[in-house]
Amino acid sequence: MSKHIDVVVTGLGATTPLGGDVPSTWAAALAGESGARTLDNDWAAKYEMPVTFAATIKVKPEEVMARPEIKRMDPSAQYAVIAAREAWADAGSPELEPERLGVVVSSGIGGIWTTLDAWDTLREKGARRVLPMTVPMLMPNSPSAYVELELGARAGAHALVSACASGAEAIGYGLEMIRSGRADVVVCGGTEATIHPMPISAFAASRTLSLRNDDPQGASRPYDTGRDGFVIGEGAGIVVLESAEHAAARGARVYARLAGQGLSADGYHLTSPEPEGRGQIAAMRAALVDAGLGPTDVRHVNAHATSTVVGDLVEARSVRATLGDAADGVALSATKSMTGHLLGGAGALESIFTILALHDRKAPPTINVSDPDPELVLDLVRDTPRELPEGDVAAINNSFGFGGHNVALLFTTS
Amino acid sequence: MAYTESEILEGLAEIVSEETGLPADSVQLDKSFTDDLDIDSLSMMTIVTLAEEKFSVRIPDDEVKNLATVGDAVSFIAGAQA
Repeated sequence: MSKHIDVVVTGLGATTPLGGDVPSTWAAALAGESGARTLDNDWAAKYEMPVTFAATIKVKPEEVMARPEIKRMDPSAQYAVIAAREAWADAGSPELEPERLGVVVSSGIGGIWTTLDAWDTLREKGARRVLPMTVPMLMPNSPSAYVELELGARAGAHALVSACASGAEAIGYGLEMIRSGRADVVVCGGTEATIHPMPISAFAASRTLSLRNDDPQGASRPYDTGRDGFVIGEGAGIVVLESAEHAAARGARVYARLAGQGLSADGYHLTSPEPEGRGQIAAMRAALVDAGLGPTDVRHVNAHATSTVVGDLVEARSVRATLGDAADGVALSATKSMTGHLLGGAGALESIFTILALHDRKAPPTINVSDPDPELVLDLVRDTPRELPEGDVAAINNSFGFGGHNVALLFTTS
Repeated sequence: MAYTESEILEGLAEIVSEETGLPADSVQLDKSFTDDLDIDSLSMMTIVTLAEEKFSVRIPDDEVKNLATVGDAVSFIAGAQA
């Protein structure tokens, strides 16, 4: 049996609807700001869009990246690289053998801007005008590949795809890469760039988006009785995971420990969560077992809670079923109320929020909950941040994806 | 209307500059795409695709390997104009 390897978080990076980096994003989240806004383009008029707003990225890549780089990357890769650069610098740019450095960066949808732009070009101008960079830009592993190239990582570069659980699954895979001895440091997370009229139309067609066009900032309202669907968001979150031994040897600052993960599948329906939450409960229980912790250790949950009528309550009941009476001591946060739903980036950004909640002992607020659903069986942090207790504290970040993918990541204070 | 060689150089320099980030005035006739401008095969094919559109010419794949310098490309495009 191999020795147990502890894994810690030593770097954070993000570009989100709330800010162009982690400090600005976290400050805006603690302040309860919304990143949703009315789209500043002609889509509504041109395509009769049923949804005319989104949580668009706050700082455009053009402001922080050179033009030739931008032209060679789908926006999903641009966001990932921007976040990875911040995370890597935040970790102190660790020096290590490239063979000991891994990358896991996921996207739920892939390079859809590139795909659709190339299709437009083909139809308008013919096959010879389709650019040669199209395939390396549209492939779903492109963000992972660009981060791998940026850092010269050679332990492996992966891109796990599980819809809206992708970003969390990437971090979980990073954990396994270190535990299994394949790497000492893994740069991992998720990214998404789908604020394009086609995916918005498609999500709207599946009746999953909020239609609150007259109030974009109030549209994402998890656990509120007025919730009517999620708000599509974009951006990326990247974390640097490191073996505790490697981090200690170089004197790295440690934000938190990634103590466990739990994975499951519903085996039930393509888009609806299994109503009893069996798969979600199994994932959270597995994370606790993996971490060797019990329900009373958990004092904070960053919920997947997308602001859909059915999904939010299934998750709340699953948390209650997993933790039992200990659920009373949990501060529940639904940060998609502020960021919108970053799809493949969500699990990674919300992991960052969970990590910072432990590090700063502050659970971020859930905004827009003016009339809490009476069926909510948990203690929701509303409007202003909530202090977390001193001492050893654990927190769970849940992520669930179309297809019935369930991922629970369990972080602890270092 | 045919482009003059200096117009072709100017247009090509713009495309190369967009693709590589090099200043347009560094794209001169005697520069080698690979040795001086550090353009890889994928970037070269991007430049060819964009140049075909800009100058309304066809640059066959077999011809691309003969375009060692910017001057080679300018001459080829000038000659290929209808």
